[in-house]
Amino acid sequence: MNKDLLEINQLTISPKNNPQLHLVDDISFQLKKGKTTCIVGESGSGKSLTALSIIKLLSNQLSASGKFFFNGEDITNIPEKEMRLKRGQNIAMIFQEPMTSLNPVLTIGYQIQEAVKVHHNLEKNQLQKRTHELLDLVGIPSNRASSFPDELSGGQRQRIMIAMAMSCNPTLLIADEPTTALDVTVQAQILDLLDNLKNKLDMTMLFITHDFGVVNDIADDVIVMFKGKIVEQGSVKNVLSKPSHPYTKALLNCVPDSAGKKVLKPINYEKLYKMMAK
Amino acid sequence: MKNILEAKNLVKEYSQTQGFFSRTKNIIRALSQVSISIEKGKTLAVVGESGSGKSTLAKSLIKLIEVDDGSIYFEGVHLDSLTSAELKSTRRNIQMVFQDPYASLNPRMKIKDILEEPLIIHNIDVPSGRQKKIKKMIIRVGLGEDDLKKYPHEFSGGQRQRIGIARALILSPKLVICDEPVSALDVSVQAQIIQLLKSLQKEFELTYLFITHDLRIVRHIADRVFVMKEGKLMEQGKTDIIFNSPKTAYTKELLASIPGNRKLKRNK
Repeated sequence: MNKDLLEINQLTISPKNNPQLHLVDDISFQLKKGKTTCIVGESGSGKSLTALSIIKLLSNQLSASGKFFFNGEDITNIPEKEMRLKRGQNIAMIFQEPMTSLNPVLTIGYQIQEAVKVHHNLEKNQLQKRTHELLDLVGIPSNRASSFPDELSGGQRQRIMIAMAMSCNPTLLIADEPTTALDVTVQAQILDLLDNLKNKLDMTMLFITHDFGVVNDIADDVIVMFKGKIVEQGSVKNVLSKPSHPYTKALLNCVPDSAGKKVLKPINYEKLYKMMAK
Repeated sequence: MKNILEAKNLVKEYSQTQGFFSRTKNIIRALSQVSISIEKGKTLAVVGESGSGKSTLAKSLIKLIEVDDGSIYFEGVHLDSLTSAELKSTRRNIQMVFQDPYASLNPRMKIKDILEEPLIIHNIDVPSGRQKKIKKMIIRVGLGEDDLKKYPHEFSGGQRQRIGIARALILSPKLVICDEPVSALDVSVQAQIIQLLKSLQKEFELTYLFITHDLRIVRHIADRVFVMKEGKLMEQGKTDIIFNSPKTAYTKELLASIPGNRKLKRNK
């Protein structure tokens, strides 16, 4: 039995018209089955590109090289047709901005049904039943199925996105900053929801964020990215309490703590580069 | 005078019409009877979720929006009693830093023009004096003189926020209203901007009204906290007191939602 659900070997992403520029530079990591792994990094560190490359949704201006193994199977070069089946069925993704991911002129019920229909051939009443089940799962009353996206709050919209992602019981859920646009109280609810679903449906989660607070709340393992490279990875406990890489240390010093005792230290990049060169 | 700005019983209502032809109106109270006073030289943080009325409050204090009821006093003077010319000169003392540095800088103006514009509007100094001021200010916020020739798109988010701060401070205001100035920035950049705001406060004896939804930042920057929900004041007090012994259920919920504090709740 393989313990890793996903294995990525030597992934490099470059723009097609400038192959020398490595947006993601030779990274390798594994996702442990049933665990939540967070990728943290600043904007431009390549964390979203890494996530998109897993489900092969990178812009066609970019090329990715490297090997991907999903559940032991090599999915590096599988044809698009097969990948389409995997997307949704095995690997689902939710994004930061729920409003731009939903179609404003269709009801949410219809949109959820659409997601279910792609992978399952169901009768109309079964389809409806499944939709209500999914809404139930994410804590939205099923009579809201006839609502349009603009009638929902940001948190509710994100719940709809999660319902759509759950429609085929994926084994891997990729969440790209799903709570960044939300209020703290709503963020707390969505994080709880994701964590509960993960346990209930036995999923593995890859969670992308820039917020160390969120990492501390939800992750089992952490990958810290800086300028396209992985600078540190390990369990949450180790990385957050005993960071070994100077960048991780510097970044943690920038995070305001709720106790307010810590003095915020902006990153001194010159010093950091010197330390990293060693 | 201990309080630089005082507002009493501010009310602001927005009405919403529903449907194409129907006249059913929904009235939303963005501010209902909010009173606030800002102590000179201190930082007051207004916290709340989206829709709590915190930005409406900030904008009404500098009369960017007209309130329906209530009175605002700046340094003891009722703002409604001022003529428009007097209001203009009062506004020189109240400046604002906005959330989105991408949207609040004119993309077609060079940085030197962006920084000169407020000086021209308020008729300050001769051109050569203005240039001196601009150069001094751009260096003070951590950018270089070369940057003055550039356009906003040539800068990163953090750098743009520095420009926004320079524009606010070039008029030597007494009160700076910061509306979520670091929400759109990475944590590393956020830390830089917070340090910059703190050091500027010391140097120029500024008073800050700091609007944010991030309670972790509040702890670092604010002397007092003002918690709002649905247009109403929930509670206010010294930062330490609010954090250590919140009185209302809402504040408790907000504090419990701070990411990083919630590990205990999980069933691992």
